[in-house]
Amino acid sequence: MKSLALISVVITGWLLLSAVGDFPYWGDPNSPANSYRLSQHFVTETFHETAVPNMVTAVLADYRGYDTMFETVVIFTAGIAIISILRVFRSDDQVASGQTVYEKRPDLIVDTTCRLMIPIIQLFALYVIAHGHHSPGGGFQGGVIFGASFILIALSRDLQAAHKWVPENRVLNLAGIGILIYAGFGLVAMFLGQNFLDYAILHKVMPATPIEARYHSMLGVEIGVAFTVTAIMYSIYSNLVSKGTMKEGL
Amino acid sequence: MEFFEAISAKFNYWIYVIIMMIGLYAMIAKNNMVKKLIGMSIFQTAIILFYVSIGVKDGATIPILYHDQVHAGHHHDDHGDDAHHGSTDHHDTSHGGDHETDEFGYPTRHAPDVHIDGDGFANPLVHVLMLTAIVVGVSTLGVGLAITQKLHREFGTIEENEIHDLIKSGK
Repeated sequence: MKSLALISVVITGWLLLSAVGDFPYWGDPNSPANSYRLSQHFVTETFHETAVPNMVTAVLADYRGYDTMFETVVIFTAGIAIISILRVFRSDDQVASGQTVYEKRPDLIVDTTCRLMIPIIQLFALYVIAHGHHSPGGGFQGGVIFGASFILIALSRDLQAAHKWVPENRVLNLAGIGILIYAGFGLVAMFLGQNFLDYAILHKVMPATPIEARYHSMLGVEIGVAFTVTAIMYSIYSNLVSKGTMKEGL
Repeated sequence: MEFFEAISAKFNYWIYVIIMMIGLYAMIAKNNMVKKLIGMSIFQTAIILFYVSIGVKDGATIPILYHDQVHAGHHHDDHGDDAHHGSTDHHDTSHGGDHETDEFGYPTRHAPDVHIDGDGFANPLVHVLMLTAIVVGVSTLGVGLAITQKLHREFGTIEENEIHDLIKSGK
């Protein structure tokens, strides 16, 4: 079995390596991917068309808005899938959640350090989300950092402590609200007579020029993405560590 | 000697293929489900490296405009023609003067005086594709781990061959 796997892997690798000669050299500005006019347009025209200095954010949230919206839906679906695979509802669920099953004092040093760090992590996450237009960042990155802060609460104390801040129903609501915010921007654009997710028309409902409307709408959809990613990252963690019971973590 | 030159000229692709094949081997040959998922992650990492390396340009920086360029746009809005005289380059003539407006009086181009060098910034498209791929990779990894945990709950093992034996003996 192992030798068979090795043979097939070597053959696949050899096939891939035999195509290496056709690939462009490292850092070649004239390679097909770099010289194609779409990529050139994204580099040279993004700032003029959307006023966003970070081209990655502009391409992510505006030019490829459909893609990003359904990536967010993929993450949401993954969270729902994990809950439906793992979550167990036992009959003693009500009793156990009413009283703390075990009283464990958290470690003093760990608890104090996390107490100090968690607000800073969350503040940094908000900065990454809000400043995604001007620096590396955006909804996905900021959402993951924000979700990590909740995971840190659950790690440093226990899962119930984190559940005080993010109970299960709130997690799912947040995930859904995130996608609704994103789709809402698209729907408003549609009701104003433009294509789905064509933000420029939103200048009619916000005090901005069409270019600024694209700029601000991108922040809006990034916030939606951040909601979903935060919620699902924490949901994945809490379901995996508690084996679906949501009672006791690591 | 020619062979080694061919490798060194495109060494990056060789590295991605080797990393990818390590992941593929782990996915095929390993019995442990978690090790299979680790292989899947290694495979994804190779793809991400491959894509990002395609977007690299020699002498280019990350696809975010310099502060000066962004600032120049705002500066121009404040002072009108002063900034315009400072930068009477060829690019200004290409779109027939600045402050073009559409029929409703809105500007069609933000900061038309700012010139952006197409080869000065890395290709943003591959970064966007990989940004979403990373997050989706985390989600699929989470689903994979959840299924593994469910298997462990059902069969008491995460070794593939033991699960096969248990299914066969159960029937």
